[in-house]
Amino acid sequence: MKIKRRDFLKGLAGSAVLAMAPPAIAASSEKNRLPDALGILYDSTLCVGCQACMVACKKANNMPMEYSGSQRLWENPVDLSSKTLNVIKEYENGAAKIKDREIDGYAFIKRQCMHCVDPACVSACPATAMTKDPKTGIVSYNKDACIGCRYCAVACPFDIPKFEWDNPFPKIVKCQLCNHLVAKGQIAACASECPTGASIFGPVKDLLIEAERRQTMIPGKYYEFPVAEVSSTTKQVHKVKQYIPYLYGKNDGGGTQTFMMAAVPFNKLGLPTLPDRSYASMAENIQHTLYKGMILPIVVFGGLIFLVKRSEKNKKE
Amino acid sequence: MKTEQPLEGKILTPTFLICGLIFLISLIFMGKRFIYGLGAVTNMNDGYPWGLWIAFDVVIGTALGCGGYAMALLVYVFNKGEYHSLVRPALMTSLFGYTLAGVAVVLDVGRYWQLYNIFLPWHMNASSVLLEVALCVGAYVAVLWIEFSPTVLTKFGTDNAKAFMNKIMFVFIALGILLPTMHQSSLGTVMVIAGSKLSPLWWTRLLPVLFLISCIFLGYAIVVVESSLTGSRYPIHDESKLLGKISGIMAWLIAIYLVIRFADLGMRGHLDLAFKGDLLGNMFLLENLLLVVPMAVLFVPANRKNPRVMFLCAVSIVLAATVYRFNTYIIGFDPGNGWHYFPSAGEIFISLGIVSLEIMAFLYFIKRLPIYRRS
Repeated sequence: MKIKRRDFLKGLAGSAVLAMAPPAIAASSEKNRLPDALGILYDSTLCVGCQACMVACKKANNMPMEYSGSQRLWENPVDLSSKTLNVIKEYENGAAKIKDREIDGYAFIKRQCMHCVDPACVSACPATAMTKDPKTGIVSYNKDACIGCRYCAVACPFDIPKFEWDNPFPKIVKCQLCNHLVAKGQIAACASECPTGASIFGPVKDLLIEAERRQTMIPGKYYEFPVAEVSSTTKQVHKVKQYIPYLYGKNDGGGTQTFMMAAVPFNKLGLPTLPDRSYASMAENIQHTLYKGMILPIVVFGGLIFLVKRSEKNKKE
Repeated sequence: MKTEQPLEGKILTPTFLICGLIFLISLIFMGKRFIYGLGAVTNMNDGYPWGLWIAFDVVIGTALGCGGYAMALLVYVFNKGEYHSLVRPALMTSLFGYTLAGVAVVLDVGRYWQLYNIFLPWHMNASSVLLEVALCVGAYVAVLWIEFSPTVLTKFGTDNAKAFMNKIMFVFIALGILLPTMHQSSLGTVMVIAGSKLSPLWWTRLLPVLFLISCIFLGYAIVVVESSLTGSRYPIHDESKLLGKISGIMAWLIAIYLVIRFADLGMRGHLDLAFKGDLLGNMFLLENLLLVVPMAVLFVPANRKNPRVMFLCAVSIVLAATVYRFNTYIIGFDPGNGWHYFPSAGEIFISLGIVSLEIMAFLYFIKRLPIYRRS
């Protein structure tokens, strides 16, 4: 009897050790890029802040207008919300005179869903309302599954899923890369309406090649840039700025399908600094170590039944 | 041997009536929440999608309900039958804590009419930590009511029903230990995915270990607090000898917890954040000071014979575990981009209303059902 109990305690100690040592079997939960994934490359140095992408997004997704301030003359959302899936924000420093300069300069940044390689929202959602398309990798939302717990919003490192706080029958709202247009062979509205080629749509593998090409360009020289789509034959010639030698989204947070290029450091533009390993995979690792096949809980349960029985017997004696 | 008996007495005491009033006010806010949406009552926002209700009513509420779990560990796993007299009151507080956490979830989720989706296998997401928490907590509420049923059956049921329940009870007692082990640790894992949004003072992959150990010593602290409070008001059997032993166990558990907590923080290289003098650093110090002091006091054997000292230590431990959970879920959480959160009056009133309901149920149950041993 005594030995059995000791064994059980060993089991408890063993499970505690498992919980404490997840890095040992770390790699198992990490996800790789899908070969046919689709995405967007946003180049802050090409963006002129015209907000055509925001208007196009509203039209394509039937989203309501949003105003900030008291005058309701034109639409001017200040950030992403349950009414705004895509927003152009501005970085300003000091005199804010020169575009794409960190000091005394300004720059634009596009915020939208990053369509992560290993999306935290998909991992977190208890009801499978968030899904990642197995082919395109587009992360979309199904309101009929959603319970409205907002764990997706807690989990997302980019604060993308937004909730309809003022609706008694609310839902989560997020950019779904215009998957209704993609299904018809079209591209995301924000990219198709972008006049300068700041946002281009296309297969992730092509976007990565294009981003690499831009990183090798010589600042001050003129180059051709595709408009709307990475494979587009419509090109524009722009003078190249000094890029930050870093493609945001290549590895950040386990990688994303929306990529950012800029001449101003990304943390200044409001993008979070993330490790290369997704937090989702860290959480899943703990979870799967303890609960895979429910084996550990069942073993513990068996041990507990035995112990309770024994203790009840002792009581009677 | 003394057996548990109702404590009798009037139900409609001033305490009961004040709690009733607070609960009625909270009903108004609840109505508003369902008619106009969460934004009309709460200060939650897209930066802070979880507020007081999740942090306090659910995470802290269920942790405060760990008395039953902690006592069951002692009595059944470590085979200490002598503590049996403390099980029933502890079980009852667990029952209320967990049941009302379930009520709070219904208030908090936006699409409550679809809440049953998490029980449908084709909707379940096995990777979701929150799913595991939800299913385990749901199952545990049912288990708690079953575990508690003999107490109710003593008053209303037939002897046959009671005998049958007692015969199959071992399954539910075992589940009543397994399920809290699973979901209380997972309540820590829930915040692992928040990653960079949670301050390194609280974000660690050891969150499940810290949440589990702290919910156990919190469970014992709750038993001490509750037994002391009830003992000061009602003629119940003096349990101070047992409470002294429990206090000793608490001190050791806290010691283990603090070693893990500080070793982990040091190994991750963030110990300096604790002494920065800012809000987060100070909240971290407060949270741990509230543990270090009672631990030191309770390691002295003479203090474990003094009911007043034990009571104050237990209160400090309850506060510490509460602050730890607030820190992990709200105060240490920063989504960036200038988002702020402080609970609204409506949120606070609804939380108070739920606590009031808990106190009212507690007072009714101890007076009408055989919970405590009378002196």
